[in-house]
Amino acid sequence: MSGTVNPPVVFTQDELGWVSWIDPLPEAELTDRHYAGLVDRARAKSEYFRLLVRDPEVLEARTKTDKDIFYNVADGLPRAERELAAAATSRYNGCIYCASVHARFASTYSKRRDDVQRLLDEGVKADLGERWNAVVKASVALAATPIAFGPDNIAELRRAGLDDAEIVDVINGASFFNWANRLMLSLGEPSK
Amino acid sequence: MSTQDIIDTLAGIVPGSALDAIRARRLQARENAQKSYLSLFEPIDPGDVSLVERAAVATFVTGLHGESPVAAFYRKKLAANADGARLLAAIDAEIARGRTSGPYGSYPAGPLSVENTAGLIYRVSAASKTALGARLAAALEHAHLLVFRPRDAAAADMKALLDAGWSNTGIVTFSQLVAFLSFQVRVVSGLRTLAAASA
Repeated sequence: MSGTVNPPVVFTQDELGWVSWIDPLPEAELTDRHYAGLVDRARAKSEYFRLLVRDPEVLEARTKTDKDIFYNVADGLPRAERELAAAATSRYNGCIYCASVHARFASTYSKRRDDVQRLLDEGVKADLGERWNAVVKASVALAATPIAFGPDNIAELRRAGLDDAEIVDVINGASFFNWANRLMLSLGEPSK
Repeated sequence: MSTQDIIDTLAGIVPGSALDAIRARRLQARENAQKSYLSLFEPIDPGDVSLVERAAVATFVTGLHGESPVAAFYRKKLAANADGARLLAAIDAEIARGRTSGPYGSYPAGPLSVENTAGLIYRVSAASKTALGARLAAALEHAHLLVFRPRDAAAADMKALLDAGWSNTGIVTFSQLVAFLSFQVRVVSGLRTLAAASA
């Protein structure tokens, strides 16, 4: 597998591939239990998901957590800003693959592709306006270890116009990417 | 649900509170964060990662984030395990040795190299390695990498785990466990901060 890997050396909104460092399950070996873990049958085509499906119960719960945090937009924070939290977290932790996916989503839903690109190019200190700055800063503070998220972040998010339900969406979205980044970064690598 | 929601418990969210109502709007996320916890810490079949290994890694990972109700919760879980109590002293010692500030690490050589940040490359002490065994010692070293410098991870780190006796499936479960805790400790911290700011 590793012979064909061409790792990206910059953050990008381009579509990237991902190659596992250990053995995913072969598609032919997937059972009903594995398909339940994949949630979406089409994910059987992905090397990443065929690796994670080695523990199908955890993958199923993780996938359903992910989908509700990002796709349930009946109320709360607009999708664009949930994706911004994911992209900022990924930029700060250094996950080029995760950042590429969620920067693209942030661009699609916000129509602010140039601002999203500045987050990737300049890093998490890029000036993206009061509201986005507050979301990025809160995401970065949550990603730090020890966690640096505090009352100042809450105050800043409120000044930027977020209510408590929207702030919970920021907390969930940013926290979730501390989960996703660590899997993507440590089990394999991106390839152009 | 029969079991109390672990994030609500650790964040101090009580039924009928404002945050209880907000969390109820993301019911699928709330229920599946709980199912993630249960499938990692109360699995039907522990398979390739024993319950004591899970509790030991969780105590180490949450302890690296500093004192918190989450860290205290997993330390208690380890202490309650028949095989776990004897590991507590070594895990506590390794938490003290491993504490630092992250994320740090290196990028693939290129324009991002200017952002490379040096930091602790943690290795378990010889004394603790004797107490923990080679398999758990390798797990702690990898967990420290995941917590503080995930962008340093490389194929060689997978080989180190395989060489220490971890299976492919065991590596997936163990990686999910560390990554899930990285999520859980932040959600709890964030919700606690929000609750305090709204009091």
